Amino acid sequence: MHQDKRTAYWRANLRLVAFCLGIWFVCSYGFGVLFVEQLNSIRVGGFRLGFWFAQQGSIYVFVLLIFFYAWRMNRIDRQYDVHED
Amino acid sequence: MSLQFMTYAVVGSSFALYIGIAFWSRARNTGDFYIAGRSVSPLANGMATAADWMSAASFISMAGLIAFLGYDGSVYLMGWTGGYVLLALLLAPYLRKFGKFTVPEFIAERYYSKTARIVAVICLIFISFTYVAGQMRGVGIVFSRFLEVDVTVGLLVGMGVVFIYAVLGGMKGITYTQVAQYCVLIFAYTVPAIFIAIQITDNPIPQLAFGSEITGTGTALLDKLDDIVTSLGFHEYTSGTKSKIDVFCITMALMVGTAGLPHVIVRFFTVPRVRDARISAGYALLFIAILYTTAPAVGSMARYNLINTIQPGPVGAVDGNLEYEARPEWFRTWQRTGLVQFEDKNGDGRVQYYNDANPDFADRAAEYGWRGNELTVDRDIMVLANPEIAGLPNWVIALVAAGGIAAALSTAAGLLLVISAAVSHDLIKGIFVPNISEEHELLAGRIAAGLAIVVAGYLGFDPPGWVAQVVAFAFGLAAASLFPVILLGIFFKRVNKYGAIAGMLTGLLFTYGYIEYFKGLFLKWAGSPWGDNVAAHWLFGISPEGIGVIGMCLNFAVAIAVSYLTPPPPERIQRMVDDLRVPRNFDEGKL
Repeated sequence: MHQDKRTAYWRANLRLVAFCLGIWFVCSYGFGVLFVEQLNSIRVGGFRLGFWFAQQGSIYVFVLLIFFYAWRMNRIDRQYDVHED
Repeated sequence: MSLQFMTYAVVGSSFALYIGIAFWSRARNTGDFYIAGRSVSPLANGMATAADWMSAASFISMAGLIAFLGYDGSVYLMGWTGGYVLLALLLAPYLRKFGKFTVPEFIAERYYSKTARIVAVICLIFISFTYVAGQMRGVGIVFSRFLEVDVTVGLLVGMGVVFIYAVLGGMKGITYTQVAQYCVLIFAYTVPAIFIAIQITDNPIPQLAFGSEITGTGTALLDKLDDIVTSLGFHEYTSGTKSKIDVFCITMALMVGTAGLPHVIVRFFTVPRVRDARISAGYALLFIAILYTTAPAVGSMARYNLINTIQPGPVGAVDGNLEYEARPEWFRTWQRTGLVQFEDKNGDGRVQYYNDANPDFADRAAEYGWRGNELTVDRDIMVLANPEIAGLPNWVIALVAAGGIAAALSTAAGLLLVISAAVSHDLIKGIFVPNISEEHELLAGRIAAGLAIVVAGYLGFDPPGWVAQVVAFAFGLAAASLFPVILLGIFFKRVNKYGAIAGMLTGLLFTYGYIEYFKGLFLKWAGSPWGDNVAAHWLFGISPEGIGVIGMCLNFAVAIAVSYLTPPPPERIQRMVDDLRVPRNFDEGKL
């Protein structure tokens, strides 16, 4: 029936989710926690970069990621003809 | 105009606004009551979600926490925002497509089991009551400080206001009230921050100001802060003391817990379409981020202001410290509340504030003639005292009081609603009286909301000793019990009811057991065999705050293993999952 299309749509969604969560992980747990000391040796203005990612940068990235995901998903919905209205 | 009159006027008119909105948006049926008739625009839902999410803890406590923790405070900033990414990508759109009223209802249908529904209701009620008690307490504190009324009177007024709009308006009333409350609280939070940023750095944007130079010194604020806190024996502000694995796990537990909190998830049931649920999560996080990126700026500037006031001269110089008799007005005001305390240990008539728990600093302190730290500052006052410390006009201080109350009330109302929905929809309609009429269900929902307010008020009036401790538990529980089964329900068709129930119970019991063992939530008595809550005793060095992550992993592992050992879910459930995954079903025409 529509099983192939259904699977393809779901794959496309999972790829996008995996991509976004990769960035989510790197910008918070990577830059803000695991590699914070290394990044702290770089200065941007009055901030040490690792500290900035932990208290500012990660949050900005989170906001952008959700809007990016919503935008891309709307396009994928249309492409597979499963969009609403 | 006196500060007190001003505060009454501002807080009073904010209440009038909330009640007016409640009358305008009364609930007429169960759809209105549980999910606002599914008619909320994504932007309004984003704002309401932000107000719902940002509690008294976010508004009052978080900046102060960061001020004293420095880098270690990042776990709260990342933990309480990053969960929205998980929510938007992994849960919200699918649960919206499911199109029912509550979280336990999803678990019941996906896992075709009343037992699963009851386990989910228990988790939900425990998480929500833990939370709401803290909110009611917050309302009481703000009232007693700013309106100088008794904590009990403050609590009763707060309960009365929530009662009117939650019972009358249900989710619909709450949603539009929360939109107003968001506006009040964000204005109240950012205005003082902007003034203080200008005073210290000449840069009006707090997010940039704390990375700028202090006016007229050529030194960056954070460098100066690192410098002065270390010269007083404290740990460097921009680096941490917690172990990496612990920071990692606490952040993860808070993120996953956020995504698993029922009162947050249910907000995404109120928008008209699946695509609205996605974008609405973006708006919600944007509105939350305005406060959450301001908070670390407020924290660092408040810490700088505090130390600068206490230690205006060089460290160790005889006249380097603040003279007690010359202390500023806010110092006196907050001393009266007991939240700022001073004891002149070395009898020199000056205030010494330093880290007397640091053995490496003891020699130097002795050399300076200091006999121990003399100042205790409750970290909760940092935001509330900020406008006074910065010498801002009375209307700003009144606004901060209204903002604190708005933050507490909006969160309390959202929590009370999920509790009442769990009782009237999941327990009464779902399990005990399936044939109940809609009219009676609505009435049951209103009565349940009313009773929940009374219980919450009681918990806020006389919080049992464990209230503060169980907050970590609420997140750990949400992370270890609800989040994994909802996620698996959407992404893993093979998981069946046996796996889900076994997984939820494993996550729940493990997380509860670990926190109980170290913190003694309910079962601590003198001489009990529970362990000391120190890093050396922790499993893999993970504190009870972060253990929800291990509980979550166990939940996943058990749910999958048990599912493969038992028969797969029926065909109709697999088809239901297929339909959850697409915004519009393939076979249907356009909506």
